[in-house]
Amino acid sequence: MSSNKKYWKSVEELKENSPIVETLQQNEFVGEIPTDEFLGDKESLESSSTSRRDFLKFVGFSTAAASLAACEGPVTKSIPYVVQPERIVPGVANYYATTIADGFDFSSVLVKTREGRPIKIESNKLAGATSNANARVHASVLSLYDNQRVKRPMIKGESVSWEKFDREVSEKLNSVGGKQIVLLTQTFASPSTSKLIKEFSSKYANVKHVTYDAVSENAVLDAFEAKFGYRAMPNYDFSKAETIVSVGADFLGDWQGGGFEAGYAKGRVPKEGKMSRHIQFESNMSLAGANADKRIAVSPSKQKAVLAALYGYVAGGGNNNLPAELDDVVVKAKEQLRRAGSGAVVVCGLQDVDAQVLTMAINEALGSEVMDTQNPKMTRQGNVKELMSLVSDMNSGGVGALLIAGVNPVYSLPNSDDFVSGLEKVDFKLSFAMKEDETAKMCDYIAAAPHYLESWGDIQITKNNVSLMQPTIKPLFDTRQFQESLLKWVGNDTAYYKYIKETWSGNLGGKSWEDALHDGAFNSSMPLETLGGLGVNASSSASKLAQGSEEGMELMLYTNTALGNGEQANNPWLQELPDPVTRVSWDNYLTVSKADADRLELWNENVANGALDGCYVNVKVGDKTVKNVPVLIQPGQAKGSVGLALGYGKREAIQEEMQTGVNAYPLYQNFNNIQKVSIEKAGGRHEFACVQLHNTLMGRGDVVKETTLEIFNTKDKHVWNAVPEVSLNHEEVPVTSPEVDLWDEFDRSVGHHFNLSIDLNACTGCGACVIACHSENNVPVVGKSEVRRSRDMHWLRIDRYYSSEDTFEADNQKKDNFDGLGDSLSGFGELEEAAQEKVQVVFQPVMCQHCNHAPCETVCPVAATSHGRQGQNHMAYNRCVGTRYCANNCPYKVRRFNWFLYNKNDEFDYHMNNDLGRMVLNPDVVVRSRGVMEKCSMCIQMTQKTILDAKREGREIKDGEFQTACSAACDSGAMVFGDINDKESEVHELKQSDRMYHLLEHVGTKPNVFYHTKVRNTSEV
Amino acid sequence: MEKVNTRHSISRILLFLLVVSFSFSQNLFAQEEAAPAEQEQSASAEGENQEAAASATGGDAAAGKELFNSLCASCHKRYKRSTGPALNGVTDRHETDWLYRWIKNSQELIAAGDAEAVAIYEEYNQTAMTPFPQLSNGDIDDILAYVEQPKPEPQAQAQVPGAGGESSGSGVSNDIILGVLAFVLLLLIVVLVLVNKTLNRFATASGVELPVVEKRKPIWKAFVENQFLVLVTSVFLLLAGGYFAYGYLMQVGVDQGYQPVQPIHYSHRIHAGDNEIECKYCHSSARVSKTSGIPSLNVCMNCHKSISEVADASNPNTSVTEEYSKEFYDGEIQKLYEAVGWDPATQSYTGESKPVKWVRIHNLPDFAYFNHSQHVTVAGVQCQECHGPVEEMEIMYQYSPLTMGWCINCHRETNVKMEGNEYYEKIHEELSKKYGVETLTAAQMGALECGKCHY
Repeated sequence: MSSNKKYWKSVEELKENSPIVETLQQNEFVGEIPTDEFLGDKESLESSSTSRRDFLKFVGFSTAAASLAACEGPVTKSIPYVVQPERIVPGVANYYATTIADGFDFSSVLVKTREGRPIKIESNKLAGATSNANARVHASVLSLYDNQRVKRPMIKGESVSWEKFDREVSEKLNSVGGKQIVLLTQTFASPSTSKLIKEFSSKYANVKHVTYDAVSENAVLDAFEAKFGYRAMPNYDFSKAETIVSVGADFLGDWQGGGFEAGYAKGRVPKEGKMSRHIQFESNMSLAGANADKRIAVSPSKQKAVLAALYGYVAGGGNNNLPAELDDVVVKAKEQLRRAGSGAVVVCGLQDVDAQVLTMAINEALGSEVMDTQNPKMTRQGNVKELMSLVSDMNSGGVGALLIAGVNPVYSLPNSDDFVSGLEKVDFKLSFAMKEDETAKMCDYIAAAPHYLESWGDIQITKNNVSLMQPTIKPLFDTRQFQESLLKWVGNDTAYYKYIKETWSGNLGGKSWEDALHDGAFNSSMPLETLGGLGVNASSSASKLAQGSEEGMELMLYTNTALGNGEQANNPWLQELPDPVTRVSWDNYLTVSKADADRLELWNENVANGALDGCYVNVKVGDKTVKNVPVLIQPGQAKGSVGLALGYGKREAIQEEMQTGVNAYPLYQNFNNIQKVSIEKAGGRHEFACVQLHNTLMGRGDVVKETTLEIFNTKDKHVWNAVPEVSLNHEEVPVTSPEVDLWDEFDRSVGHHFNLSIDLNACTGCGACVIACHSENNVPVVGKSEVRRSRDMHWLRIDRYYSSEDTFEADNQKKDNFDGLGDSLSGFGELEEAAQEKVQVVFQPVMCQHCNHAPCETVCPVAATSHGRQGQNHMAYNRCVGTRYCANNCPYKVRRFNWFLYNKNDEFDYHMNNDLGRMVLNPDVVVRSRGVMEKCSMCIQMTQKTILDAKREGREIKDGEFQTACSAACDSGAMVFGDINDKESEVHELKQSDRMYHLLEHVGTKPNVFYHTKVRNTSEV
Repeated sequence: MEKVNTRHSISRILLFLLVVSFSFSQNLFAQEEAAPAEQEQSASAEGENQEAAASATGGDAAAGKELFNSLCASCHKRYKRSTGPALNGVTDRHETDWLYRWIKNSQELIAAGDAEAVAIYEEYNQTAMTPFPQLSNGDIDDILAYVEQPKPEPQAQAQVPGAGGESSGSGVSNDIILGVLAFVLLLLIVVLVLVNKTLNRFATASGVELPVVEKRKPIWKAFVENQFLVLVTSVFLLLAGGYFAYGYLMQVGVDQGYQPVQPIHYSHRIHAGDNEIECKYCHSSARVSKTSGIPSLNVCMNCHKSISEVADASNPNTSVTEEYSKEFYDGEIQKLYEAVGWDPATQSYTGESKPVKWVRIHNLPDFAYFNHSQHVTVAGVQCQECHGPVEEMEIMYQYSPLTMGWCINCHRETNVKMEGNEYYEKIHEELSKKYGVETLTAAQMGALECGKCHY
């Protein structure tokens, strides 16, 4: 039988007598329209200076004025190139392969440019595994057009020319007088840069290079270095995994550089009755935890014990003092790991060298083929020890010159105060910065740096996979990249482009330079400096870990999907991207378990318009306190632990609207993501911009279908994915049968018929599709207060539903058997408790379902929305008069209304309100104006382009050519788009699958988007 | 009855006069056409005379002209510097023997270190001249004879005012006829009035009592009193008013016939019409892109590097018209040079360019997506179908209304060009079976759907 799990979106829904849930179920629009305020008040009506006659006069005048004004069209200028570049044809997009490497996100990407300006980031399929564009990578194109960028080099706040800048810099560098010259940089992972820095060191005496990652992976780097002699992180290919045990590692998020979701998703789709089994031990509710088959909420210190115990069970030896229940889970996990053989893998997200040593040891003991130490990832190089010694050197006055590139330590260093005091003692301070951020402000010299889309580079993403970075636009401002400057200062006249070419000449993995540049990546490697491993002792690590004490609250710091380390905090797309799990945008917050919240009297509540409010706490780690952190009660949060996202609370070089959240970096002591913490309630009420409780789906089945692998393998489809039935002449017939249809069916067998398949098993909820949709379709950003009013404009949302775990079936029966009010009151209370500790999560991307029998189309009074024969539900904006009937009648609530003009409007001062930001707009899609409805178009501009290209070339369209922005952005393969009239297409095959179902199928809308039932591998050994 | 008769005869007379005047003017126009033909003949005859005169200087200028046009004209002009120097007067500047060697192989001469040769080579940006070893000394003599012909005085131009005078003379004669006619008419009216007056006087003198016309009700009063008529009229007026108001409102925002003044007077008549340049030579992106693309200035320079002026009126192929003189057109070409930064004196780019700000004529609103390549490349629609007789347009204007109704109509009527396009094979087979037709209109293919153009 199908899963009877009821999903809920908010804690509020679990309160038995919450009036809000009731109210929202009844009302489509949360707020009352305040007509009574004015019309009901006789006095104000009479005192109004505008009489009825005046009103009519105004109407008459404005109508006449408007029609007069309309008679004269404006004169439009059209300015062609003087000399048109050879490769540019106006109206035709060019694509370039390049690589993002901002120190946090590293990925091969394909950049779509129109008339010479980049407008969209796409995955570079030619680069293979090194292409893993997440939401931030997709949004990075907007950061290119950031108004806050430094436009030219500056000395002490004054703009200067590069010639003057170079002159002064070389003077200063030559007069440091024996003191250290330190390059403090981000991780470049660039062999050419390393070579260049070496040249720089030989030119100037006493040069030191310190690499610094704001969010450190120091533990795994140390562990790897101890074993293999160089700093790198083991790589993981989760597509080979059969059993995955993760101890605190959010490997679907930013853990060890991220980019594992594609491989993971491959193993999650049941094939021939098999799929991977994923067990997660964690404290915060992370993306990986949300996707796990079995999730055990344990506090960070217990996670260490779990890891130690697991090592004990796998490698033998060692005893543990885990509670019996947890021990049982670990034993079972070990058994499953054993069975999986080489398909077993353990990953660990604890910033502890011992833990990382153990993880590698366990994987080796298991003979895991998932972990790859031969071709490790090079995308984190930060060295905490060197950084700390730099800070002390600075304070002792031993540093004569400090050149900072790509990092913002004043903002992101935990001991920022020490750094600032040390900085004052440095004679010559220079920052290569894109923005005048906290650090650049303190430096006398700011070398304006370009965005990665304006730069050259080579990035060794893994040891044997190199990606190339090439400019896709002429620098917008008078900027010069770090490497270019270094070349100048060592007196080398070669351009950095040539320098890279020389570095790799003859070593391009068999490709020519042009081919390598075209593909964006090649397989090659540079000999690395190895120091010789120091050797590791796993058993001593295990015993050290097992001794972890557990007292008081523990804080686990994490980076969230939207902002990451905070590098792109001034990006409105990312600010408005709701966190996949909490669904809160424009904020960071302390996630607290329900039990701890009750104990500390912390609260969340939904106010009358459905928006979420919460209280504040002061969070104290050691002697550092972060005040007024909003609290969010998070189901699944381990008791005794709290979570807080880094990357927020920036205040410099960032627009006021984007100065959101609190800065958690001061709590990141010793670069450890786990901290002992004390929490103290503070006064006040915080207003969240949370898109949950947006539309209540609770109590309506048919939304997310879920089953277990066992039932999926053994039972018939009708048991776990039954088509709803309706009564016709007192007989039950499937809702899909034509005789119960109100409408006549069109013949859709001719031509193209587009369908979108969404596999709930493969979807990890990463949010890349949401940003891709934003950039493809010119979706506006509306700001925090509008999102709070449920007026967000996302064409594609990823719904997240919580469910209770194994015991739910029993709970459900219990709920059905409630007898009387008292019974149900107590019963609901128990149900709520159960859901908090053990909770399962499911993600469901929902966009316009493009119903063949669309309810919106029948109610539009002006026929602005209509159906195309290719299956797309069209929306003619210029025809729409804004009645919003369609939104009312849409069962999926995917239509979005332009309550305001979101472009060229100072009230919405985001990228569409400045000339620079508007450069990112897609010229093929209309920018909508106020008062019209909009929604997902199934990227009709892309399908039309594909068709036209084929027509022009006189050929048939191959499967895979049709794409939407979301399906193209989906690395995990959860979204597949195509033509179901092409019987050979992948989407056609997917539609025949047993797991296929439509959202709210019983409504009979016949959508062109279909989902695949989620299957969880709950099999224990 | 009698009166009616008289009126009849007057109108007959008038008609007759009109016919006579028309036949006159017809004759005059025919003469005008004949005039330029004569002119051409005299001009070419003059040219031959010149050539004959020049041939006395050594070579055969007629043979030289042929050779010059086939071999030299791409880089040289006779009286003006082009890629290479102006050739008129070249025999004064250089020895003939030296010229033989230079023309046959200039590089050899330069390599040999000939001072004269090196100087020229340097002056013209080290552009090597193509060697012509196939030319005999005699051939070169012919060419030199041709290039040494003196620049013809603009006699032909002097003739133009004469010709213009003639044609304006014919205009004068038209005016005279009209004036005479008007005078006759006036005379007739005066005569009539006088006759009427005299007759009346006679009548009173002879005591004939003229019948007094009964004073009738004024017509407007009668109209106002007839309520039915008032009703009908007002209904009619309302309908007519509505019709015209609708017509007026529907043309708001429709810029059919929009013909703005452009920063450079670019004549499609000369380029696409007289010179028959293919539209897509300049508007090349129409083949592959949604925009037809206003050509960038480097495309203009493909030809205008060597075409710096229009042929003057004496040339049979001239583009000069009465309205636009040679000076005017040459000035417009100068504007192009200024914009693209071309110095015709040194035949090089100065590097200082300023883009031309054309006024956009066809301006589809943003919410309507139109793709040129779909229509031009896939459907094979001629540019003229939407843009009108561009090859006749001296100044470009918007020919079609570009309204949605106009688009839709065409989509309803036009058959999709499917032959030879593999993309359409399957869909054609299925759709033609479905509709039972052999050819399919764009509408049947789904070209009326909102979302095909609005997204």
